[in-house]
Amino acid sequence: MVAPTNAGGPVAARADAIWKVYGSGEARVAALRGVSVEFGKGRFTAIMGPSGSGKSTLMHCLAGLDTVDEGTVHVGGTEISRLNDKALTRLRRDRIGFIFQQFNLLPTLSAAENIRLPLDIAGRKADPQWWDTVINTVGLSDRLGHRPSQLSGGQQQRVACARALMGRPDVIFADEPTGNLDSRSGAEVLSFLRSSVREHGQTIVMVTHDPVAASYADRVVFLADGAIVDELAGPTAETVLDTMKKLDGKSDPVML
Amino acid sequence: MLRATLKSLLARKLRLVLSGLAVLLGVMFVSGALVLTDTLNRTFDSIFSEAFASTDVSVTAKPRVEVSEMEGEEVAAPLPASVVETIKTQEGVRSATGRVDADGARVIASDGKVLTSFGPPRIGSNWTGTDEIMEMRAGRGPEAPGEIAMNATTAELAGFTVGDRVSVLTQQPKREFTLVGVWGYTGGRDSISGVQEVAFTTPVAQELMLGEKDVFTSVTVRTADGVTPEQLRDRIAPVLGAGYEVKTGEQLAEDNSSSLKEGMGFFNQILLGFAGIALFVGIFLILNTFSIVVAQRTRELALLRAIGASRRQVINSVLVEAVVVGVIASVLGLAAGVGAGAGLGALFSGMSGGMDLAPIGVPLSAVISSFTVGILVTVVAAVLPALRASRISPVAAMQDVATPDRPLTKLTVAGTVVTAAGAAALGTGLFADSGDATLYLILGGVLVTFIGVALLTPLIARPVVSLLGRLFSWSVPGRLGRLNSGRNPRRTAITAAALMVGIALVTGVTVVMDSAKSSLKAEAARILKAQIMISGDQGGPRPPTYDPAVLDKAERIPGVRAAAGLYNDLVAVGDDRTYVAATEDLSRMAEAYGTTAAKLGPGEIAVSAPEATERGWRTGSTTTIQTARGEPRTYTVVNVFPENALPGSIILPAEAIKGFGITQPVLGFIRLDDGVAVSSVLPQVKALVADSPEVTATDQQTFVDDQAAVFDQIITMIQILLGLAILIAVLGVVNTLALSVLERTRELGLLRAVGLGRAQTMRMITVEAVVIAVFGALLGVAVGAGMGSAVARALENDGITEIVLPWARMGTYLVLAALVGVFAAVLPAIRAARLNVLGAIAHD
Repeated sequence: MVAPTNAGGPVAARADAIWKVYGSGEARVAALRGVSVEFGKGRFTAIMGPSGSGKSTLMHCLAGLDTVDEGTVHVGGTEISRLNDKALTRLRRDRIGFIFQQFNLLPTLSAAENIRLPLDIAGRKADPQWWDTVINTVGLSDRLGHRPSQLSGGQQQRVACARALMGRPDVIFADEPTGNLDSRSGAEVLSFLRSSVREHGQTIVMVTHDPVAASYADRVVFLADGAIVDELAGPTAETVLDTMKKLDGKSDPVML
Repeated sequence: MLRATLKSLLARKLRLVLSGLAVLLGVMFVSGALVLTDTLNRTFDSIFSEAFASTDVSVTAKPRVEVSEMEGEEVAAPLPASVVETIKTQEGVRSATGRVDADGARVIASDGKVLTSFGPPRIGSNWTGTDEIMEMRAGRGPEAPGEIAMNATTAELAGFTVGDRVSVLTQQPKREFTLVGVWGYTGGRDSISGVQEVAFTTPVAQELMLGEKDVFTSVTVRTADGVTPEQLRDRIAPVLGAGYEVKTGEQLAEDNSSSLKEGMGFFNQILLGFAGIALFVGIFLILNTFSIVVAQRTRELALLRAIGASRRQVINSVLVEAVVVGVIASVLGLAAGVGAGAGLGALFSGMSGGMDLAPIGVPLSAVISSFTVGILVTVVAAVLPALRASRISPVAAMQDVATPDRPLTKLTVAGTVVTAAGAAALGTGLFADSGDATLYLILGGVLVTFIGVALLTPLIARPVVSLLGRLFSWSVPGRLGRLNSGRNPRRTAITAAALMVGIALVTGVTVVMDSAKSSLKAEAARILKAQIMISGDQGGPRPPTYDPAVLDKAERIPGVRAAAGLYNDLVAVGDDRTYVAATEDLSRMAEAYGTTAAKLGPGEIAVSAPEATERGWRTGSTTTIQTARGEPRTYTVVNVFPENALPGSIILPAEAIKGFGITQPVLGFIRLDDGVAVSSVLPQVKALVADSPEVTATDQQTFVDDQAAVFDQIITMIQILLGLAILIAVLGVVNTLALSVLERTRELGLLRAVGLGRAQTMRMITVEAVVIAVFGALLGVAVGAGMGSAVARALENDGITEIVLPWARMGTYLVLAALVGVFAAVLPAIRAARLNVLGAIAHD
């Protein structure tokens, strides 16, 4: 088993030998079997793996959306596996950003209100300079008053990105952020995520099954059957695809 | 297809429960009312067949004034003692006993207070020995004028035992007796259904209860062996002639029972009316539930359509669901109704002093109406959503569920037309002379107006809700809640409209009652010059009375200018039954009242101007008036006075009083000399009425307030009866919220993921509920105030001279609505806060 490290740099989030088990008895399924992984600060990391490999579970546990059965999870300097619901809610609000595959926005709020939502919930004000920077980067300045239903899928995802970025969280977790988009809109969102890492030092962890999406990351971690099986630094779509084929061959010869 | 429907229904038990609950409550009200009346009716049957068990044939004099159960107690005309002798001589008669039996023997208990009764009469009778169902518990029957016996219930309530001195109020002032005996009834019963009974010797009973010597109220006849009651009846009747009623005991029991049942029938109709309102509100709730459910099932239904289900099948699938809900709710509602009927019956029996209730039964009518009403209401409410479901296109299965806001134009036009029609019907009913149709026009008008306003509500919802919501917008959860309540105006509107109905009716009644109260007070202040009143609380069918000697004594108190007593009776004026007043000396009454009038001589009456106009009388007109006990007599109108210048609208002279059913005054007016303080005289008057414990002396303000309290009692009663309709509306709010929470599971997950805390989530749901509830209450208060003002305006000629909007009460209703919103939000909010964030995000 590989225990990927972050080559010694500062760590934004870390999992230490975490287990996640669903069901009991005959129906017992271990989604994560002792996974240890670190995500470097200011890095864009992709988590990949076939369906059922546990990649989404890993992300949920890292983000404080799900609890682990064994092991510890740290975000920044905080061990989150011991926090109660209230503290976890605050952690998500103040130190974590989310981008989901779909249904990222509240239909009743305008784009601007959606972007401000976590700040509003926390009762904080947006830094005006950072606001302008983010809005300009995502290219939404003329769409701020629109409701989600008046925006295209790509625009909606960009609003979600802007929301995640606005609070300058320790980590942004993105769960298949381009899964529902056409390739052009997807590329826009991904370039935007990459530039926020490169230019603003944002940390992003992205779950995806798309090799092209993964190629935007600095590093790809591969999961299979609830364990980390490989990783790539400086990936391209081709190297990712090759690794995946290799892994598929190993773990599930029927599926090609 | 049926299987798919039932499966989908079972998969969503929550919506089944919530929509069913509304029907259940309505059905409970309906069946409860029917079970209660059925039980009470059978109770009356058994009471009277028992009471007349030892009567083969009964003879009474025809009542002089026929009185229906709704108008009050009928007063039997006196029957001369000679009739008893005549009957005794008839062939086939084993015995004939003259009986004195009249309501109004009020025992003053050992604590000095008059024994009250809610329902059963307080009978004063002559002692004629025990019969088959009576048994002596202690002592013996009265034999001397100063002796009485009483039944065990009375003795126990009053706290007396044999040998005690007992004071009794009758047609005469208080008199004291020695209690010589206490009797009970077979089976260990202390009374028959809580009736209080006091027995005197025959001459005393005649004097005290009937006010005449040698008269009876009835003759109880037993047949000789071999003669049936029917044979004897047919033999006696022709002998006595047309002035007498001869009935068998069985007939008598039936007559007595059916006249009580008539009263119950009215009571039953009131209960059913309120059940109808509750069900009307229930329709809104069910309509809303099914609409939401159809919206939520859009993809499922579209898929069904895509794989070949016809429109009709889709409609049926929704209607089958409605029928299932209706049947289940009807069964449970019927069961709950039987329980409620039993409970109310027990309450009734307790309140009436221990009536022996017949066993609870479930009449067929309750079963039939429960199912008819339950299923019909549910299906009718589901028709619109079913039609909408059938219009879902198969393509919707492939698309993301996006139900665009349909324009409200059609709805608004329909709403305007319907509201206008309702208002027109209401207006015609109130202000035009439409005869028998009046009541239906008013009721129909109110109903149609409600529907119209409900149709208009979605249009009003957006601006009003957004305005209301601004009150809560200071926090993020508040703002989100406000936005949520505004996002589906139709749903918000129907939920709020359900609440509107109950609150509008309560507000309307409050407006009318408060206007009446305020008019009464203003009128009293304007015309009533007497500063001290003698009056009592009416605690039964019989009004409280006092000794008229009090008035003469009061007039002798220094500083008293005039004191006059008012007597009341239901009499026949020609063929028309009406209440009239009488007083000993109209000139005294006029002075006490603050006007002037001459004393009425025998055969003279005073009439108010409106009454004279209505009857076409002028000074000098004559009319025949028959009092309860007196002979018919022709009276001449000698005085036409302005409305309300004197109490009552027809005032009879002193001579008429002895023919009244109740020969003691029910009210007293005392006016003081100018400059005399009320506080200096009131204690002395209070001391004078100490011997008439049913009444007290009060100052004018207290008296008017007491009179006005009746209106508050009506308001309270209406509030209680409409409580159910409001409760159902609250269920509607719970329902809408619960379904909305379900519908927005993913949104809630997202909010929780980006950091909304549990408490904040709950606050968001609560704000949404409060906004909806307050919106409904606001509508209700507005519509109710409008309707109430219209009704009050229409009653201008009946004495409502000013229209008062009860701001304080209306404010209370709004605050209560807000509380109701908070209450309604509890369960949905907890549910929302408990949502597993991950599960919610993954929710499809």
